[in-house]
Amino acid sequence: MYRYDEFDATIVQERVQQFRGQVARRLAGELTEDEFRPLRLKNGLYLQLHAYMLRIAIPYGVLSSKKLRKLAYIARRYDRGFGHFTTRTNIQFHWPQLNEVPDILQHLAEVEMHSIQTSGNCIRNVTADQFAGAAADEIEDPRPWAEIVRQWSTFHPEFSYLPRKFKIAITGAADDRAAIRVHDIGLRIVQNEAGETGFEVWVGGGLGRIPILAVLCRRFLPKEHLLSYLDAILRTYNLLGRRDNIHKARIKILVQATGGEKFAAMVEEEWEKIKDGPLHLPQAEVERIHRYFAPPSYETLAEIDAEFEAARLEHRDFARWARANVVKHRIAGYAIVNVSLKPEGGTPGDVSADQMDLLADLADRFSLNEIRVTHHQNMVLPHVRKRDLYALWQQLKAAKLATPNLGFISDIISCPGLDYCTLANARSIPVAQRLSRHFSDPRKLDEIGELRLNISGCINACGHHHVGHIGILGVDKHGQEFYQVTLGGSSKDDAALGKIVGASFSEDEIVPAIDTIIQTYLANRAGRGERFVDYYRRVGMDPFKEALYGPATARRPAAE
Amino acid sequence: MALLRHGALQPNDWRFVADDAAVPDDGAVTVSLNRWQAEGEALRSRAAPTGVRLKNDETALALAADAHRLPLIELEFPKFTDGRAFSQARILRDKLGYQGELRAFGNILRDQYFYMTRCGIDAVELPDGKPTEGYLAALKEFSAWYQPASDGRTTVLELRHPANANTRRGAAPLVSESVAAHAL
Amino acid sequence: MAAAPQMVTANRLVDGAVVYLTAANGWSENFVDGAVWVDKESADGALGTGEQAVKAQQVVGPYLFEVAVTDEGPKPTSVRERIRADHQPTSAADVGSWTGRVPD
Repeated sequence: MYRYDEFDATIVQERVQQFRGQVARRLAGELTEDEFRPLRLKNGLYLQLHAYMLRIAIPYGVLSSKKLRKLAYIARRYDRGFGHFTTRTNIQFHWPQLNEVPDILQHLAEVEMHSIQTSGNCIRNVTADQFAGAAADEIEDPRPWAEIVRQWSTFHPEFSYLPRKFKIAITGAADDRAAIRVHDIGLRIVQNEAGETGFEVWVGGGLGRIPILAVLCRRFLPKEHLLSYLDAILRTYNLLGRRDNIHKARIKILVQATGGEKFAAMVEEEWEKIKDGPLHLPQAEVERIHRYFAPPSYETLAEIDAEFEAARLEHRDFARWARANVVKHRIAGYAIVNVSLKPEGGTPGDVSADQMDLLADLADRFSLNEIRVTHHQNMVLPHVRKRDLYALWQQLKAAKLATPNLGFISDIISCPGLDYCTLANARSIPVAQRLSRHFSDPRKLDEIGELRLNISGCINACGHHHVGHIGILGVDKHGQEFYQVTLGGSSKDDAALGKIVGASFSEDEIVPAIDTIIQTYLANRAGRGERFVDYYRRVGMDPFKEALYGPATARRPAAE
Repeated sequence: MALLRHGALQPNDWRFVADDAAVPDDGAVTVSLNRWQAEGEALRSRAAPTGVRLKNDETALALAADAHRLPLIELEFPKFTDGRAFSQARILRDKLGYQGELRAFGNILRDQYFYMTRCGIDAVELPDGKPTEGYLAALKEFSAWYQPASDGRTTVLELRHPANANTRRGAAPLVSESVAAHAL
Repeated sequence: MAAAPQMVTANRLVDGAVVYLTAANGWSENFVDGAVWVDKESADGALGTGEQAVKAQQVVGPYLFEVAVTDEGPKPTSVRERIRADHQPTSAADVGSWTGRVPD
């Protein structure tokens, strides 16, 4: 993985000093809260329901055991013993104290971590594919490019006061695991007819109040032009994005208002002027960064491992976990392990300091020191020898990190909701907990099959409910928490936004309503091979409306 | 309103003349873009220095024909969160090769000053009552920066690959004399 | 016009803790110490005291919220303020061996 050179380290260290100075000025009254707020947001520090919240960057989701141990230390020393992984592969701590945040940042700087630009109207954490470098279907590892974009976007003097936040995602595999269609800029590594790799550029996607899928901006961009092209998009957005209305300020609004083709033409015009300037990436730097992502020293192993096969036959629970959570690695004899952070009755994405320390040890012992965070709020041990899978599973199981539910209904993605967040209308975590208890039987999970369920506590959609096969949105009705259900979303290559099923459900009604939806699917699907989302696409909303609200409600639009 | 230019506080000799007021024969003045475009001939033949005050929703490219003759262009920050002037500054420096003075005014935080100088801005009009030492300290907060901008400062990329000639391709001049004068 | 009873709350600047304005114009972390304002004039006055505390760098973001006066004393009427008064989420965190902030 990338290691800071003296320049990266200097920049992060100087940022810590700068923020220390800004906090001192704030506490001394030299900065008002209005002046301080954008400055603290650019360091990932929010003021939330109970306390401040610090969002720490995990660039493209990659951690080392050393970094993870430092996060455990911060959880114990400065917070309440746990952290929360987010849908943008960052980590949040919910109780830091303002006067201690510069110290926290100093600790982070010691392990090459920071909270730079994890909030504010600037370019945010670049996310990628959690299986990068290990996946069997990978065309090219997107992470070196994510690192190149990270550096270019850090303290960009022109783009630090944008109309609104800006999120970039990069994928390098046939299967998009980075949800590029719902990002402000989505980049996909593709191959042209000459066999060269370059970027397919998508622009103007996003969720939140106005969910929109990105449009294709450029079919093929040669790699050495990546930064100049991004510069062109950002400059166009900085100048023309709306500043009058915070809810209309994202680039997705500008692209829709301008028209995708016209917007792409404007970007091309700007890009033509700058593409051969100083942002043209020198090959030397591209190679320098790529060297950090060179494959680790794998052993030469057989694809079939006898110990693994024997353990599978002997231990049914292990076999179930292997089937659900273990993914094919491109190197023979290795496997990619998904670590589920969704135990029965747990808070999705929460990890205790003890668990972090254990996972750091497991990364060292079993995964060549590497561990990652996914935008589904799970983690990944990317390079595990098949012969070690049983031993690893036993360790994970003891720490409640081996729930065999990857991609199943209890693998819930949820924002923190009203339990933590000032923006929320309803609590999301208790709904996730009750759903995960209701759907805890592993045989039931198998029977239901692949099902993405996302919960957001408000229309800002940090739980990405629009792209859930089932989405749940918390709303406030007369001061009570109610839940609206959407069906048919997807964040992958078949990207789609979910549609509202009908009137919202109360706190007591929501779990039975989800159960009804599942029963409808199980009773009527074409067979085990037909996934929930495919069944919905085939039959539409009517069977679900009938089951939930009664036969007369079918073929009428949603009540709300 | 004092002017912070090249690290020193200086008196501001310039005056903005509103569209409905008469432009005096002498004294350094700036006028709006609309006025500059409407009364170009008269303003160009003025003996005293005349500059343009750009609104941040106006396109900097509108000054393409005149950039070489303008001694001063003023860029507005109506709210410090509104960062359009950063792009306007870069367009003026990099696309139009503007060599005169670029001045920022409006609602500005000292924490933006460094970015302003990187985008090619020479001077800021200081809000009344704010200590100025903070602005100079702000310029020293960072000693390394990743991206090439409009100030000609050496970037991390160039420090990493000193022999590499690629980073300076392109015809437009990257830095004005006035900016180079206070580049660190 | 009879206004609903209200309280003033804010977050303490230095550590972000939720606090309530007391009758003595101090700030307490305990909801039960919060002063209840029963008419618009006194409520607005209390909010003004909150704004003064902002200027003195004590708190940030003070606002008024509704409470119900019951036999057991005042209680927040909204879910949000009930959760806030508890200083913790409604879902218990499984934090393993952590029992309190560990000093250096």
